[in-house]
Amino acid sequence: MALLLLAPLLLLVAAPPAGAVGTLCLPTKTQACIAGTVRSEAGVVPNVKLTVTDPSGTSQEVVTGDDGRWNVQVTKEGAYKITLQEDTLPDNVAVSGANEVTVQAKFDATAPVLIPVRTSAYVSSTSKFDELLQSSASGLRLGLLLALASIGLSLIYGTTGLSNFAHAEQVTLGGILGYFIVNVHGINLWLGGLLVIALCGFTGWFQDRIMWQPLRRRGLGLTQLMIVTIGLSLAMQYTFQYTVGARTVRVVQDNPTVRTLGPITLTNQSFVAMGISIVVIAAVGFALLRTRIGRATRAVSDNPALAAASGIDVDRVIRLVWTVAMALAGLSGLLYALVTNGIKWDSGLQILLLLFAAVTLGGLGTAFGALVGSLIIGLVVELSPVLGMPGDFKYATALLILILLLLVRPQGLLGRPERIG
Amino acid sequence: MDTIQAILNSMLREAISPQTAAVAIAAIGLNVHFGFTGLLNIGQSGFMLLGAYGFAISIGHGLPLVVGVLLGFAAALVFALVLGAPTLKLRGDYLAIVTISAAEIIRYVGRSALLTDFTGAAQGLQGVSYRTPFTNLSFFGDGDTTLSPFNIYDIAGGAVWVRLVGWLLLAACVTGIVLVAKAGKGRPTKARRASRDADGLVTATPATERRADLGADARQVAVVSPPVRRTVIGVLVAVSVFLLFFLMPTSYQDTGVSGWWVRVIAWLLVAVCLLVVYLLVRSPWGRLLRGIREDEDAIRSLGKNVFAIKMQALIIGGLFGALGGMLYVLPASVQPDSMGRSLTFFCYTALLLGGAATIFGPALGAVIFYAARIMIKGVANAYIPDSIMNGQQTEQFSFIVVGVALMLIVIFRPQGILGNKRELRFNV
Amino acid sequence: MSESTVARSDLADPTARRALMSGVDATPGSAKPDPILVVDNIVRAFGGMTAVDVSHLEVQRGIITALIGPNGAGKTTFFNLITGFDRPTSAKNGAHWSFDGATLDKTSASSVAKAGMVRTFQLTKALSRMTVMDNMMLGAQGQAGENLLKCVFKPLWSGQERAIEEKAKDLLQRFKLLEKKDDYAGSLSGGQRKLLEMARALMSDPKMIMLDEPMAGVNPALTQSLLGHIQSLRDDGTTVLFVEHDMHVVRHISDWVAVMAEGRLVAEGPADTVMSDTAVIDAYLGAHHDTDLGDDALLSDEAMVEMQQEVKAEEAEREEEA
Repeated sequence: MALLLLAPLLLLVAAPPAGAVGTLCLPTKTQACIAGTVRSEAGVVPNVKLTVTDPSGTSQEVVTGDDGRWNVQVTKEGAYKITLQEDTLPDNVAVSGANEVTVQAKFDATAPVLIPVRTSAYVSSTSKFDELLQSSASGLRLGLLLALASIGLSLIYGTTGLSNFAHAEQVTLGGILGYFIVNVHGINLWLGGLLVIALCGFTGWFQDRIMWQPLRRRGLGLTQLMIVTIGLSLAMQYTFQYTVGARTVRVVQDNPTVRTLGPITLTNQSFVAMGISIVVIAAVGFALLRTRIGRATRAVSDNPALAAASGIDVDRVIRLVWTVAMALAGLSGLLYALVTNGIKWDSGLQILLLLFAAVTLGGLGTAFGALVGSLIIGLVVELSPVLGMPGDFKYATALLILILLLLVRPQGLLGRPERIG
Repeated sequence: MDTIQAILNSMLREAISPQTAAVAIAAIGLNVHFGFTGLLNIGQSGFMLLGAYGFAISIGHGLPLVVGVLLGFAAALVFALVLGAPTLKLRGDYLAIVTISAAEIIRYVGRSALLTDFTGAAQGLQGVSYRTPFTNLSFFGDGDTTLSPFNIYDIAGGAVWVRLVGWLLLAACVTGIVLVAKAGKGRPTKARRASRDADGLVTATPATERRADLGADARQVAVVSPPVRRTVIGVLVAVSVFLLFFLMPTSYQDTGVSGWWVRVIAWLLVAVCLLVVYLLVRSPWGRLLRGIREDEDAIRSLGKNVFAIKMQALIIGGLFGALGGMLYVLPASVQPDSMGRSLTFFCYTALLLGGAATIFGPALGAVIFYAARIMIKGVANAYIPDSIMNGQQTEQFSFIVVGVALMLIVIFRPQGILGNKRELRFNV
Repeated sequence: MSESTVARSDLADPTARRALMSGVDATPGSAKPDPILVVDNIVRAFGGMTAVDVSHLEVQRGIITALIGPNGAGKTTFFNLITGFDRPTSAKNGAHWSFDGATLDKTSASSVAKAGMVRTFQLTKALSRMTVMDNMMLGAQGQAGENLLKCVFKPLWSGQERAIEEKAKDLLQRFKLLEKKDDYAGSLSGGQRKLLEMARALMSDPKMIMLDEPMAGVNPALTQSLLGHIQSLRDDGTTVLFVEHDMHVVRHISDWVAVMAEGRLVAEGPADTVMSDTAVIDAYLGAHHDTDLGDDALLSDEAMVEMQQEVKAEEAEREEEA
C-alpha cells in the first residue's frame, strides 16, 4: 500500500534531470534548480523555448509546459543566463523588458526567473496606473532612504555652514561595513545593523573631535573646509575600492523574497527598510522638536552666534550633530545596500547628486526641508521613467529640477532667503 | 639601483605625458575660476568631457580639425552659461553643488545607451575615429627619437659615478632656482613689524600683528633686479631639463598615437595658455576678478557688473577646461567613466599643490602631482610584497594618498608651492 | 552735474547755502529748489514688521544733508534701499527713484553707482588682500581694460591706465595716503581704511556721495580730518548725504538734516532748529528737550537741578493720569 502511494513520488524523483515538461525540480545538496513561469497578463504562455547557459558556456534548451512553467536541474553552482527565444512566443505576445536574465544557482535552492511578457492587447492605461503606483512606491522608498542621509547633511550645513562633499561616502560606508559585518563575518543582520550604525556614528564623533573642531578653532575658511571634504571623499572612495575591489558586494547573500500589496511589488527588505526609516525619521523629528538638545540644535542651526550667547554649548551640539548625522548616513547606506541588493565603492557618486538636490530643494539648513526635499526627489527620480524620461536620464531629472528651482526660489521650499547670499 | 632608475624613468615619462599637459591646462582654467575669482567649480571634468565629446564627435563625423576644436569650445561655453545663470547670484556653495551634479549628468548622458551612435555609450569613442586629422598635421616624420641623443650612456657607458655626478648637478640647479626665487622676496624689516595707529601709539593686538605682516610683505625689496633674476632662473630651468633627459633618456615615436608630436603640441599649448592667463590677470579685468574674490559688494558699489564678470570668468575657465579635455583624449580614447569626479579632484590637487592664484602654479602642480603619484605607485609596487598589496591595490593606494594629500595641503599650506600666503586665506 | 570737481561750486560759500535753504519748508518730505535725488514710496517690510516707510524725500544738490535718528529707526536700511543693496517691498508698486532729473530704471547697486551715486559702508569694505593702489584703480569707471575682449591687448588700455593711476595718486595725496600706495589695504588702520574708501569712491567723480556712518569707530583727531574732507567734497560741487549718530558732527557740517524714527521721516530742517522740533525730541527721548545732547559743557549744576525738577513734574503728571 505504501509503495503504491510512493510510486508516483518515485517517478518524480527518478525523472530525467532537464527539459522534461511538467516535472517538478527538487533541489538537493548536490543539485540546484532554476525555474520560472512565462505568463502574460492574459494567462500562461505554453510552448515557449528558453535557453539556459551555464557559467562555462554550455547551453541547454527547455520548453514551457501547458501551465507555462519550466525548470532545469543543474549540478553546478554559479551564474546562469536564461534567454527567452522571442520567436517561439505566440504572435500577439512579446517580451516587455529584457529577454534575458542572469541568476545565481545554489545547491539546495531554487532560483526563480522572471521574464515578463505581455500581449499586444495590453491596455496601457491600466498598466500605466499600476506602473505609476509601483514607481511611487519605489520613489517613496528611495525618498525615505535619502531622507535619512540628507537630514544629517542639512543639519551639518545649518550648524557649521559646511557643505560636506564626503557625505555620500559616509552612506556607502554603511553599506560596506554591512557587507563586512553581516556577509563576511556572518553576524546576524539586526545585530550587525546596530553595530554598523554605532561604528558610523563613531566615525562622525571622531571626525569632529580630531578634525572639524580643531579646524574651526583655527579659523579655517568654509571654502578650505569644503575642499578638505573633497579630499576626504576621494580618500574614502579609494579605500573602499582598496578593501573590497571594484565589484558590487551584497550585505545579504540570499535572493530577496518579494511581497505584493495590490499593484505594488517590492522585496520584503524594502518594506522593512521603509518601516525602519519612518520610525527613525519620526524619532529624529521628535527629538528636534521636543527635547532640549533638539531645540538647541535647531537654535544653533538657525543662528550660531545667538545660540552661543544664550548659553548653549555650541561645540557640544555640533559634536552631537556630526555623530548622529553619520549614524543616520550609515543606516541609510545599510538599508540602501539591502534594497538595491548591492553596494559598490562608487555608489556614492549617484547618491551625492540626489542628496544635494534634496537638501537644496528643501532648503539648506533645515531638517524638515531635507525630509520634504528627499521625498520629492525620490518620487521624481522613480516616476520620471514612467512619465517618459528615458531610464538612463532619471538622475538628470533631479538635477534639472534643482537648476530650475535655483532660478526661481533659491532658498528652497522651507529655507530662509537670508541664507542664500 | 635599477628599480630606482626604473621608477625615476617612469616618473619622467609621466611628467611629460600629454595627459599631464591636459590636466595642467584644465587646472589653469580652474585657477581662473577658483584661484583668481573665488568661484567654486567642482565640475571641471564636465567641461573637459564636453570639450572632448565636441571635438571627437565632430571629427568623427568628418568635420575639419578647426571646426572640431571650435565645437568643443562651444559646448563648454553653453555649459558655463547654463550653470552660471542660476547660481552666480547666490552663495558659492550653490555653484559647487550645481557644478558637481552637472558634471555627473554629462557623464551619465555620455554613457547612456541611447546616445550610442554619437558618444559610443559606456565604451566611449575610439581614438582612431578622431585622431587622424591631428596626426596628419605632424611634420615630425615617422621615426623614433630619443631625448636626449647625448645621454649618460655616452659617457663611460652609464656608470654609476656618471649618474651620481649628474644627479648632484641636477640637485644643485634646483637648489639654485629655489634660492634665486626666494632672493626676490623681501624680508620684513624690524621697524615695520609693529603697527601704529593715527595717534602714533603702538598697539599689539593680533589684528595689528597680522596687518603688520601684510604691510611688510607687500613691499618686495628685490636683492637682485627682476630681469637678471628671471634670466638666471630661466637658464637654470633649461639646464635642469637637459640634465633630466640626459640622465633618463626617453624614447618615443616621432608621431604615432602618443609620440613626440602630441607631446610637443600639448606642452606648447600649456605655454600658450599660461601666456593668455598672464595677459588676462595683469590687466584691469584681472584686477576685477581679484576684487570680486575679495568682496563682491564693494565691487558692486563701485559700479561694476559683478554677475557679468563672474560669468565671463566661468566661461574662460571652462574654455581652458574644454581644451584640456581635448588634449586628454587625443592620445587615448573618450571614456566617460575616466573623466568623472576623480578627474576634477586631481585638477584641484594639482592647482592647490602648485599654488592657486599664481601663473605657473597649475602647470607645476600637475607635473609634480602625476610624477609623485607614479612614484608612490612604483615604490609600493617594488617594495611592498604582493601579498599585502597587489598591483591593483597600489593603484588605489596612490589615489588614497592623493585624497589625503589634498586635505593636508588645504589645511597646512593652502598657498601651495608658489603661492602667496597673505593672499590666500580664502573664504566663501 | 556740470560743476567740475576742480572748480569750487557756488555753494562753497556758507551764506549762499543758508540763503538757498532758508526758503525750504522744514517739514518731512518737503520740496527742494534743485533736488538731485527724489525718492517716492520706499517701503521695506520684514515679515510682519515694517522697517522703512518713506513716502517722499528730496535731497538738495550741492549741500551736505545728514540723515539722523535713534537706533532702529531704519536709517541704514533706507540707505541700503536707495543705494541698491536691498530691494524695497514696494519695488513693483509705486517705489520711484529719480536721480539728477532722470528716472532710475535699474536700481541694482552697480547701476546706482554707475548713475553717479556712490556709497561707503559702515564696516569699511577695503579690499584687504589687495594693495591700496589696486583699491583705488578699481574705483574708476568706464575702464577699457575691464572689457574681456580688450584686456589682453595692453596698448588698448595702457594710456587710460596711466591716467587713472595719476588721478589715484592725486586723490591719495589729498587724503594723505600716498606713501602707503603699495601696501596691502589690510595693513592700514581703521581710520586710514575709511579714508581709503572715501578716496576710492571719489575715483569715479560721483555726483552724489553717500556715507554710512563715516565717523563710526574713528578717534577724535581723525574725525576733524574726515570732516574737512567731507566739506571740501561739498565745496567741489559733490552732493553729500550721510547717516550719522554723532550730533556734534551733524551740527558742525550739515546744511540740512532729515530725521527718521520707526521707519518714517519725522522731521526735516536746518541742523540747529530741527533738534527743537517736538517730533524729533519725542523720537529720541520723550524728555530733555532744549538740551544740546552733544554738548557736555551744558551739564552744569543748574542744568542738573532743572532736569531733576522736570523729571519730578512729569512723574507727577503720569501719576495723575494713571
